[in-house]
Amino acid sequence: MTIHSHAMVKNETEHKTDWQPKVVAFLCNWRLFTGTDLTDKSRLLHVSHVEIIRVPCSGRVDPLFLLKCFEKGADGILVAGCYPGSCRYSPGNHHAQGKLAIFRTLLEFCGIDARRLHFSWASSSEGTQWPKLLDNVVSQVTEAGPFPDLYSRKDKRS
Amino acid sequence: MSRIGVFVCWCGSSITEMVEVREVVRYAATLPGVVKAVDHQYLCSGAGQKLIVETIREHHLDGVVVAACSPSVHETTFRKAAARGELNPCLLEMANMQEICSLVQRDRATDKVKNLVRMAVERVKWNRPLNQIKIPITKRALVIGAGIAGIRAALDIADGGYEVVLVEKGPSIGGHVVQLAEIFPTMECSPCIMTSYMAEVVENKNIKLYTYSELETLEGYAGNFTARIRKKARSVDMNKCVDCGMCMQKCPVSIKNEFNAGLTLRPAIYVPFPQAVPDKPVIDRESCLQFQETECGLCQEVCPAGAIDLQQEDEIVSEEVGAIVVATGYDLMAKEMYGEYGGGHYPDVITSLQFERLISASGPTHGELRRPSDNRVPKSVVFIQCVGSMDASHGISYCSKVCCVYTAKQVMLLRNRCPESKAYVFYVDIRAAGKGYNEFVRKAIEKYEAIYIRGRVSSVSLHNGSLVVRGADTLIEEQVEIKADLVVLATAITAPRGVETLARKLGIAYDLHSFLSEAHPRLRPVETNNAGIYLAGVCQSPKDIAESVAQAGAAASKVMGLFRSRDLFQERGVARINENTCDGCLLCHEACSFSAIEMKCLEDQGEDRMRVVSSIDKKKCRGCGTCAAMCRSNNIELDGFSDQQIYAQINALGLR
Repeated sequence: MTIHSHAMVKNETEHKTDWQPKVVAFLCNWRLFTGTDLTDKSRLLHVSHVEIIRVPCSGRVDPLFLLKCFEKGADGILVAGCYPGSCRYSPGNHHAQGKLAIFRTLLEFCGIDARRLHFSWASSSEGTQWPKLLDNVVSQVTEAGPFPDLYSRKDKRS
Repeated sequence: MSRIGVFVCWCGSSITEMVEVREVVRYAATLPGVVKAVDHQYLCSGAGQKLIVETIREHHLDGVVVAACSPSVHETTFRKAAARGELNPCLLEMANMQEICSLVQRDRATDKVKNLVRMAVERVKWNRPLNQIKIPITKRALVIGAGIAGIRAALDIADGGYEVVLVEKGPSIGGHVVQLAEIFPTMECSPCIMTSYMAEVVENKNIKLYTYSELETLEGYAGNFTARIRKKARSVDMNKCVDCGMCMQKCPVSIKNEFNAGLTLRPAIYVPFPQAVPDKPVIDRESCLQFQETECGLCQEVCPAGAIDLQQEDEIVSEEVGAIVVATGYDLMAKEMYGEYGGGHYPDVITSLQFERLISASGPTHGELRRPSDNRVPKSVVFIQCVGSMDASHGISYCSKVCCVYTAKQVMLLRNRCPESKAYVFYVDIRAAGKGYNEFVRKAIEKYEAIYIRGRVSSVSLHNGSLVVRGADTLIEEQVEIKADLVVLATAITAPRGVETLARKLGIAYDLHSFLSEAHPRLRPVETNNAGIYLAGVCQSPKDIAESVAQAGAAASKVMGLFRSRDLFQERGVARINENTCDGCLLCHEACSFSAIEMKCLEDQGEDRMRVVSSIDKKKCRGCGTCAAMCRSNNIELDGFSDQQIYAQINALGLR
């Protein structure tokens, strides 16, 4: 093993420990956006890379938004809709679920780790649920690692 | 080029502690399109709002970003200010930095706020002025739960001249208050107060009562809800029943009587208590033999009026209402949760509610205190407070608020009824903050000679036929051991079982302990996050009768305030279709659950050529945007959440 490669190995491990996933969350205006307001604040301290985009209903989320997020550097995405039967625009949440399920398989087909895209039922300010949900998403995206840079050849090797 | 103003609030000091506000302002000023960036200590104050109004005028702003608290708290405030500055309210966006940023992420809060501000600035560039939509209001209210809070709210609204639909899950109205013996601090007869209210409900022409009923589904929004209510089968025809009570005598089933907190037994066909409203029996199908694959039908045979209808089915009724008050009350923690206190194991270890029944004139012993095991009058009674409450190891970190005072009341009742007896109270902390409550507890200690011991009880056990309570007196740092004839556990108040399902149906929030959440803990304690739905009583948090009644009154006045406003106006984004390029696939028509999208034929392709396109009825559109996401040809735009707005936000995420 050359000194050079040894340094590279070290660099890689350092990279892994320091790296934190960047997650974009699409939250419905009615339920979850208030949920994030009321969440037990201290528990979210370690999840520092979640950006929130507000939508009126999870049904509004166009798969193209998600592609754009990946393009703009997101490592993972969470779309959260209201529980079945409690969608203000019922069945907007079902449309979202169906659409995203198909989109997820398409992502996988394209070689993108399915752990990067999450759809979840979550209801109004369930203080206990929301941090758990985020923890789960963040840990799965962490396992999936940084989003591969599809534009440069260099990263294709790794 | 846009002319955007950015306003950053300090929120007193709660944001400045975490975020370099000045740094954010400097950064915001460099963003393209921003002509003015300022900070203020309290933007929501009169002076702060004036600053917004004046800046809009002075700099001819066409977009405003307010970085402050959550939109659920002050978005309306700021949008009203924008309107005063003659800016369409929808051209104002909020960057929620208090909750989702400064209070959450200490390590890189300033960077995060910069991100939020950048996203909001990019988004607001694409905001379009929206017009107000007029919404008529159905001036009828739905009250869920008919305990003291629900009944008071219903009576207040009904007396205000509006119709009320009162829905109660149980077979009778009355709630917990009717189970109590006397109420603190006035020592009034509790059932007397409650039964008069119950009679008033029946008398009041504006109240439509559904007992033994539950909310099935709720649709709609503030001013226009449609509630579907499941009327559970009572199995007794209320019109035919003559109240003879034969059925109850013949019924072979014996199960725990809920009204007496499990101290006595009741048949499967029963009237919950003599003063019940309605006072007709109901068959509890969960324990009735007929519904457990056994043939019985004894009640049907003996009923002289032929009122028993075992084939009766649940009925679903639909009610149109404009506002809802939720008053679903509470449950008590099961005494079995504390195995070390022998709850559920020793018959003489009872809950406070059972004590209340034992000492109540309407109770199983007609108010004479006799212990359950051998009917003896107890000589030594140990009250244990905070059974569950403030005990994180049992998952309950909160204080149940009323136990300190009702335990003092029970001490007085005990000493009045059995002057020979001795009362011991184990307490963790005396919390008697209500009006006259501290004096009340002092009276129990001084005049009624209760022995108060500060400390938790470690165990209750049986020695030579008598209960022994072991605990620590933490004031003198000694172990104490008391022989007791009766042990009374002040078990914690908990949210009612199944309230989460109801909250989901209503689209309202609940907290870690399943108590329903108010819209804002200080400023909007009666409202919920779903407009038009209000809270009353213990379903929100433990409180005493006076507070429950006060909150019920507040909820009622909120409801009437809503009804008094002639029409609701709402700024609402609706979907728009570009008919020129719509290819008429009608996917949006299928996606729309409000039938707001219809097929339309155009003849714009020359003579004899029809073209099918979708067309949106703006009045019906509710602005969910499902159609916009469905559209294959990208011809649908949702005002307020347009593609441009969302893409602008995504592009400004700043992840790379």
